[in-house]
Amino acid sequence: MIVEIGHFALILAFGVAIFQMIVPMVGAARGWSGWIDSARPAALAQFGLIAISFVALTLAFVSSDFSVLLVYENSHTAKPMLYKISGVWGNHEGSMLLWVLILSLFGAAAATFDANLPPRLRARVLSVQAAIGVAFLGFILFTSNPFLRIEAPPFDGRDLNPLLQDPGLAFHPPFLYLGYVGLSMAFSFAVAALIEGRVDAAWARWVRPWTLAAWIFLTIGIALGSWWAYYELGWGGFWFWDPVENASFMPWLIAAALLHSAIVVEKREVLKSWTILLAIMAFGFSLIGTFIVRSGVITSVHSFASDPERGVFILAILGLFVGGALTLYTFRAPAMQAKGVFAPVSREGALVLNNILLAVAAFVVFIGTVWPLVAEMAWDKKLSVGAPFFEKAFTPFMLALAIVLPLGAILPWKRGKLKRALLPLRGALAFAAAVAALVFAVSTGHSALAVIGAGLGAWLLGGAAVDLWLRTGNSGLSRLARLPRADWGKAIAHGGLGVTFIGISLLMAWQVEDIRVAQVGQPFTVAGYEITLEKVEERPGPNYDATIATMRVSKNGRQVALLHPEKRVYPVQAMPTTEAAIQNGLFRDLYLVIGDPQQGGGWAVRSYVKPFASWIWLGCALMALGGLVSLSDRRYRVAAGARRGIVAQPAE
Amino acid sequence: MRALILALSLLIALPALAVQPDEVLSDPALEARAREISKVLRCPVCQGETIDESNAPISRDLRLYLRERLVAGDSDDAAVAAVVDRFGEYVLFQPPARGVNWLLYLAGPVMALLALLTGWRFIRSRRPAEERTETLSAEEKARLDQIMRD
Repeated sequence: MIVEIGHFALILAFGVAIFQMIVPMVGAARGWSGWIDSARPAALAQFGLIAISFVALTLAFVSSDFSVLLVYENSHTAKPMLYKISGVWGNHEGSMLLWVLILSLFGAAAATFDANLPPRLRARVLSVQAAIGVAFLGFILFTSNPFLRIEAPPFDGRDLNPLLQDPGLAFHPPFLYLGYVGLSMAFSFAVAALIEGRVDAAWARWVRPWTLAAWIFLTIGIALGSWWAYYELGWGGFWFWDPVENASFMPWLIAAALLHSAIVVEKREVLKSWTILLAIMAFGFSLIGTFIVRSGVITSVHSFASDPERGVFILAILGLFVGGALTLYTFRAPAMQAKGVFAPVSREGALVLNNILLAVAAFVVFIGTVWPLVAEMAWDKKLSVGAPFFEKAFTPFMLALAIVLPLGAILPWKRGKLKRALLPLRGALAFAAAVAALVFAVSTGHSALAVIGAGLGAWLLGGAAVDLWLRTGNSGLSRLARLPRADWGKAIAHGGLGVTFIGISLLMAWQVEDIRVAQVGQPFTVAGYEITLEKVEERPGPNYDATIATMRVSKNGRQVALLHPEKRVYPVQAMPTTEAAIQNGLFRDLYLVIGDPQQGGGWAVRSYVKPFASWIWLGCALMALGGLVSLSDRRYRVAAGARRGIVAQPAE
Repeated sequence: MRALILALSLLIALPALAVQPDEVLSDPALEARAREISKVLRCPVCQGETIDESNAPISRDLRLYLRERLVAGDSDDAAVAAVVDRFGEYVLFQPPARGVNWLLYLAGPVMALLALLTGWRFIRSRRPAEERTETLSAEEKARLDQIMRD
């Protein structure tokens, strides 16, 4: 019964979305205020209905209702509760439902907050948002319905993929979707502005918090996914340039560009049409990402036939929305006149460079991701594009970005002087040079990557500190606390990028790996650490069988860690997983993996010492934190806007 | 990442580690070369994993074959070529820079140049007026003088 209610609510939501797509748009064009105002309740109703539907599906998972096909295929009674819930979005149908839930959540948020948004613009934004909703609700109802029943319910389910039964991955998809779908707000605002024919500073101020929120969520989502890969897949890789990862990385890069170009529109009223284009592209890349993940067309050359219906449907949605928006753009963009003037060496100039570097970097990722598909379709060549290509083709843009960033961040608006800007950065430059020299000395020669990467990371960190210091006007620490949150956010996020730079380059250059057969009780040495395999025992888990090793790690005779790497077998899916044991440290992670027992006695063991690994995610956390701090700046604070709106009302 | 999960879930009975201790060559220099090469070769049956990371039996075969070639005295390029001969260019994670692949390699730099050029033209069009005409022509100067006198 609950499942049917959920199904019915979803169909109703589809109907409401169709209403919300058409009525407010017509109202806005004709100036009928009743029709314009209908957008808000419709957006709330749409969200409410989809929420009911989502709760219904979650209840089916929680109560292990195996009469629902989706629950049977992705759940099991013995599974811990957390993973019964995360199982809701651990599959195609359920994750699409989460997708539209978040889409309508953003719509409802835009309907509720932003009280000072002009009603007509709001009606158009919500209408475009509803159009996206219609497309995806239709996609769910017609190709991927999560509420289908089985006539004869089986006794137990087929379980969730064991690799997905992990806290990191339980929360990775929701964050990623919050990011992907959050960019739909920027898209809706862009299309609404094109229809309205007006882009100004106020528009940029409304768009920016949504983009910032989406970017924060994407940052967290990507970082969670990468962290999960690091500890779960058993060799400590953190980024594979896999098409599915790239699918989330491209919108992130474009969203980062959009964030910065929206600042220029807000402050100086230039880059308007470019910002609109970025907003369209950011969501376009989100849709491309959805297409890549759902259709399987790129990850596996053979699976286009496996689900052509879904792939074609998403491709049609992609074509319709991006194509439609771009068509509108070609008609309306020329009308967007830039107002401000600026010299080449200025904050505006630096932000244009930032946008070029980020957008071209995203383009490189895109072309590398789709190249195998293009080559197969056009020339019938089967080839692969992977990490070695991306590392060479993508990295230069990031290096250039890091070189320019601290300078651009402190250049004044309108016109600046390079020499004047470089002067306060002397300290940062010296710091970067010192770090680079130190790294050079430690890494005994051959790794240019470590020296350049860590040097640039230090340059970014130092630059962020100088930026903050300059904002205080050299008047000391007391001013620091009273700086606008946006200044803090900017410095924290830029510093975070520096931390990630340092983490990636030092980890890749200095990592030590050891593969061997370890005998119980016989110590061996890896990079100065003495490691002993003390015992190996079998122990049953809640829904798996585990082989657990106990390994002692000591340095200079003192115990550093007692670690328990595991191997698990999930009987329902007959699948083994490795659970590496990691001791996280600020300057190095110890990473141990237990393998199979060997014929001549002993166990296969992999040991890694991974320097600065945690800095990668620490930097991501700082970037997300910087975004949050900036989002809380009073300019964007939702409540502040709402209060102004209420005060403004009697005057109308 | 989801592709990895899919790949792993497709291979049901798999050993727990990628490179096994018994594969490791006794000569550390040769082993290091083998590892470097196997990080750019794709496992033919997985989805987007290198043979260095992959648990699939065919990846183990490839790793062993690669080491055989290196022990037999092949250069890195020759060893890679031997693997490509058997499995096609598909196993190269970095497609060779020849033929149509030049488009792939040039796309980034060409796009960067175009973007920089467009960006520069835009920036110049936004230059403040006083910078665009730094000196007045003689005629303009005469006119200005006249205005100032009036």
